[in-house]
Amino acid sequence: MTTDKADTPGEDIATQVMKVSVWRGDAEAGAYREYSVPLRESQTILDVVAWIQQHEDPTLSYRYACRVGMCGSCAMMVNGQPRWTCRTHVKKVLKDGGLTVAPLRNLPVIKDLATDMDPFFEKWVAAGGVHHPTRSRHDPIDAVTPDSEGRAEADAGIECINCSVCYAACDVVAADADYLGPAALNRAWTLYNDSKDGGGQTILDAVSAHGGCHSCHSQGSCTRFCPNELNPMQSIAGLKRATAWSFLKGGK
Amino acid sequence: MRIRPHRSHPLWLAFLLHRISGLGLALFLPAHFYVLAMAVSRPADLDGFLALTDSPLVKFAEFGLVFLLAVHIFGGLRLMALEWLPWTGWQKTLAASAVGLAFLVSGTFLLQAV
Ligand code: SF4
Ligand code: SF4
Ligand code: FES
Repeated sequence: MTTDKADTPGEDIATQVMKVSVWRGDAEAGAYREYSVPLRESQTILDVVAWIQQHEDPTLSYRYACRVGMCGSCAMMVNGQPRWTCRTHVKKVLKDGGLTVAPLRNLPVIKDLATDMDPFFEKWVAAGGVHHPTRSRHDPIDAVTPDSEGRAEADAGIECINCSVCYAACDVVAADADYLGPAALNRAWTLYNDSKDGGGQTILDAVSAHGGCHSCHSQGSCTRFCPNELNPMQSIAGLKRATAWSFLKGGK
Repeated sequence: MRIRPHRSHPLWLAFLLHRISGLGLALFLPAHFYVLAMAVSRPADLDGFLALTDSPLVKFAEFGLVFLLAVHIFGGLRLMALEWLPWTGWQKTLAASAVGLAFLVSGTFLLQAV
């Protein structure tokens, strides 16, 4: 296969190619199609997908925005594991000289590698993951105490980029369409511990309902795969404790 | 059986072991109660049955049973610690310890039995 030198200025012409199987289709049907893609230095999975779209098939659909691990829109299944593709190096995941790239698990497919993220975000709201204000703009600012215990809990989970990698990794999500999932519950836990959020009981009610934190089996796939190294399993354990205490204390 | 790639990590395997041991114990329990009931209903048959327990095969099966019990107990304690105690960073170590302890207990049992 010939490669386009102008693509990668300053690099040798790639001589090696890899076989990449990409899932092509829509909500109804689809299948894997194989492409040969030149292997490059410091190449990410997103680079591979973009290369196919630019050189082999302009109709390939996929989603990305920032390319630097901030926006959370580029997640896909790579060799059966959910990953942020813009920050996953080919070198790290290449298996027998090949790759398999598929749309994120546990979400409806729109086309090719693009999934419909609506159910994922709807569950954030269902888990109480919206701000419940305690003050209005006319009140003085409520200062946070960085070293308080609650703040430390909230800070530990706050860097979520909504990539849905944990949601795709979770077997409980796969088995139960109503399960809120690790990201939404992690968000609920950070808000529950946020002194500026006044929705404590609302959150506990939301996360202890059907499909809430007590459905989690502590398999830890969320924590294993979260690209930001967050620990949704830990947050969910916190919610299990908080809801159980609240039940024992107040019957709620 | 091939474990799918997104499941190949220690805590998922700990979940699998916990589920399998739980199912194994659930299957064993009715048989256990049936044999116990023989003490009341047919004592003579019970003695005959208990003689079987001297065979090496049954001894080995008992080792398996003790292992299932131990791994289910320690795995359960691990889960209770995970959900009720303040979080620690060693969840994988705890899961491995549960399996290790279960081998220790069931191995000791086997050595006592032979
Ligand atoms: S720990 Fe809970 S939320 Fe996380 S993957 Fe497992 S079942 Fe899903
Ligand atoms: S918790 Fe981690 S894996 Fe889940 S959506 Fe947030 S950043 Fe992604
Ligand atoms: S493209 Fe924004 S996180 Fe990957």
